[in-house]
Amino acid sequence: METFYFYLLALVAVVSGYLVVTCKSPINNAVALMMTFVCLANFYVMLQAPFMAAIQIMVYAGAILMLIIFVIMLLNMDSLKGQKTSHSVSWAAGLGVLIFIQVYFVLNRSEPTGLTGGITNQVVATVGHTQLIAQSLFTDFLLPFEIASILLLVAIVGAVVLAKKNV
Amino acid sequence: MITVHHYLVLSAILFSLGTFGVLTRKNAIVIFMCIELMLNAVNLSFISLSHYLGNMDGQIFVLFIMAVAAAEAAVGLALMIAFFRNRESISVDDFNLLKW
Amino acid sequence: MYDKLWLIPFFPLVGSIINGLFGKRYIKSEKVIGGIGTLAVVCSFIVSLSCFFQLSAGTEKVYEAVYGSWMTVGQLQINWELLLDPLSALMLLVVTGVGSLIHLYSIGYMHGEVGFYRFFSYLNLFVFAMLMLVLGGNALVMFIGWEGVGLCSYLLIGYYFEKKSAGDAAKKAFVVNRIGDFGFLLGLLTLYWTLGSKGVWTINFVEISHNAHLLGPGSVVVTVITLLFFLGATGKSAQIPLYTWLPDAMEGPTPVSALIHAATMVTAGVYMIGRMNGLFAMAPDTMMVIAIVGAATAIFAASIGFAQNDIKRVLAYSTVSQLGYMFLAMGVGAFTAGIFHLMTHAFFKACLFLGSGSVIHAMHHGLHHAHLNDDPQDMRNMGGLSKKMKVTYWTFLIATIAISGVPLFSGFFSKDEILWWAAGSTRGGWMLWVVAAGAAGMTAFYMFRCVSMTFWGPQKTNAKAKDHIHESPWVITLPLVVLAFLAVVGGYVGVPAALGHFVHIPNYLEGFLEPVFGHAQETYQIAIKANMAHSLLAEFGLMGMSVLIAGIGIALACYFYLKTDVPARFVAAFPKLHRAVFNKWYIDELYDFLFVNPCKRFGLFLWKGFDVNVVDGVVNGVGRVMQLFSAGLRYIQTGFVQNYAMGMVIGVVVIVGFYVLR
Repeated sequence: METFYFYLLALVAVVSGYLVVTCKSPINNAVALMMTFVCLANFYVMLQAPFMAAIQIMVYAGAILMLIIFVIMLLNMDSLKGQKTSHSVSWAAGLGVLIFIQVYFVLNRSEPTGLTGGITNQVVATVGHTQLIAQSLFTDFLLPFEIASILLLVAIVGAVVLAKKNV
Repeated sequence: MITVHHYLVLSAILFSLGTFGVLTRKNAIVIFMCIELMLNAVNLSFISLSHYLGNMDGQIFVLFIMAVAAAEAAVGLALMIAFFRNRESISVDDFNLLKW
Repeated sequence: MYDKLWLIPFFPLVGSIINGLFGKRYIKSEKVIGGIGTLAVVCSFIVSLSCFFQLSAGTEKVYEAVYGSWMTVGQLQINWELLLDPLSALMLLVVTGVGSLIHLYSIGYMHGEVGFYRFFSYLNLFVFAMLMLVLGGNALVMFIGWEGVGLCSYLLIGYYFEKKSAGDAAKKAFVVNRIGDFGFLLGLLTLYWTLGSKGVWTINFVEISHNAHLLGPGSVVVTVITLLFFLGATGKSAQIPLYTWLPDAMEGPTPVSALIHAATMVTAGVYMIGRMNGLFAMAPDTMMVIAIVGAATAIFAASIGFAQNDIKRVLAYSTVSQLGYMFLAMGVGAFTAGIFHLMTHAFFKACLFLGSGSVIHAMHHGLHHAHLNDDPQDMRNMGGLSKKMKVTYWTFLIATIAISGVPLFSGFFSKDEILWWAAGSTRGGWMLWVVAAGAAGMTAFYMFRCVSMTFWGPQKTNAKAKDHIHESPWVITLPLVVLAFLAVVGGYVGVPAALGHFVHIPNYLEGFLEPVFGHAQETYQIAIKANMAHSLLAEFGLMGMSVLIAGIGIALACYFYLKTDVPARFVAAFPKLHRAVFNKWYIDELYDFLFVNPCKRFGLFLWKGFDVNVVDGVVNGVGRVMQLFSAGLRYIQTGFVQNYAMGMVIGVVVIVGFYVLR
């Protein structure tokens, strides 16, 4: 059952990923991307990471994708219709396939080591995923966390400056 | 039984698709979305490996990737607006000042 | 006093630096500049004099002063060392003594010239270099002076650098000297290696003389070494084949001609051979070459002197000729006689040059007042100046008599000693005597020709200029008088034994220089030939003949140029011969044809053919290839963001592929 569910989700994710890449209209791309995000959130749940699934939906689908759609609507995308496709499609396809082959090759060559850390399914079930993330984030990764907050602040200021009229 | 292998292959497929999109599409916003797709492929592999190894660090990393992606979205889209205001276009073919 | 030896070259160096650095901006006054320059040399003279007296009084005849190490090359230790022995002491006196007089003279002669400070700076620098040359205790220290005098010669000949002929003459002097220096350096390096291979790593003169026998008397290598050194000497001392620069050097101011091209620098070659007499005595073949070159130069230069009209050029060729005598003396092994003639020649030739300078000064003054553009150095414009310039006339006449070899004047003693050795030495021969005596007669002829054209007969100067010609100031005439006095009495320090026997004057010079030359002169069979050893008759006979020849020359000159038109008729009868002599036997043209023009053409080929095509071609070609490459490569820079992204992805694929396939 779980295997079937995985393959179904994987199919949806790949098809929607393909649509992200190929659809002519940006709105359709955005909707397809949304689909991919949701699929990935499902995978996160299957991987015993419910908190990650939640913020996947909230940050990506809720925030980033909304922003993208706003921009698509803000800029009159009709003016961009009829653009010619790239001449480097075959090159790009070749490279994409090559990357996949390489990754696949590496995966096949590697030996799985099994569980090495202490976060087993039981620990996640008893302690709770959110608490585990919080413990790690606010102890070992406190400094990167603060830096990330500064990064976001800088990004906000930058976005405001860039979007001003007289730039 | 679904192994980490499956997740990683799926992640590779999505990553390759994203790469293909980045290299072929002309619309800057679509390219941006393809980049998000690639980031998400990486996130998937991080979380699957984190689960597989029983180690929380991979998921922390995903959190940071999300933070960076959010910042990138804010700045990147602002850039596109600014560019569109100047050029009436967001086709990357018009971003061609950096040449001989 | 020996420990003050370094002061001798030090004073002129300081004088040169002061005048050179501060002369133009801060001192300005000609009197002060000239005073500093003269004082520096006079101080050197005083120190030299005290060294000289201490040396002649003491028993220690060779003193080496080491002032520190210069460099150490392998087993060769080169020091900053000065060498004081009778030879260098004598040269010191000549250089600083004559040098001080000429400095004093220059104050008057150079009055009002634009680069007055520059002139004195160069002159002092020259004296410094010459003193380094003389005092140098090893060949490399000597080489500093050797090159230094060449440099100063260049600077001083080209003093009027705005004149093209002066610049050309300076370059010619420098280049010709360089050829000689090349020989000197090659000789030095060969000597260093061959002596080194015998286990003696040295370039110190004293040690060279001591170890010269290691090279083997008469061996090929010592002949080669000495011939190379002799090439250096021919360059510096204006001998065949490198004499051509000296007559052209007359483009410099007259005091320069007197100091450099008569009294000091040109004697450097003679001095150098004297300094290495131990080495040269080992190479009889080289000695023969030196003697023949010296004799040939003496008569060849004298023949050119016949037809020159420029007063300084006559003296220049006379200098070349007299230097030929010195080399003749060196070549037959009569080192003492050569140095003796060097000394007396310094006196009378400096006197002659300064006298001619005084004449030119007056002529220039006169012509300038009359607004004429006649050449003030052309003797055909002169004549009858004896009434106008009494001091100059008498001193000039005395020096002319001295150079002509009239008995009891200094030139007689030195020249006759050379003639006697040329005939009487075991290395000499009758041919050498005949040539040298002929040259002596010719010298007497053209020198009196010069005197009669300049000072005697009717005044040929333009009437307007005539009245403005008058005697020079005291700073010019005082050196003339002193030098004329020396030209008379200078010879009595070396009265030949045959004469000294009767008048009870010993040969001081012979005794004084004995520590330097005695060994070489005795050991290496440079003695009087057996059949002439005690023949006073032979010596007096030769002496009488040479005096007779000189007398004939004088008489002919006076007769021809005062009473008759023989010279003009002679020119009319043999126009080709006259033209050949007048044009210096076309030697300059021959050199142009043989060496200069081929060099020029080769240079032109290197420039137009090699440099422009090959060198520039390579350089430009590299640039052109780069341009072509970059013109192709810049199309990679499309400006399309996706092409750059493609590049990145390709890079990722390649790097990952490298790890995958490894």
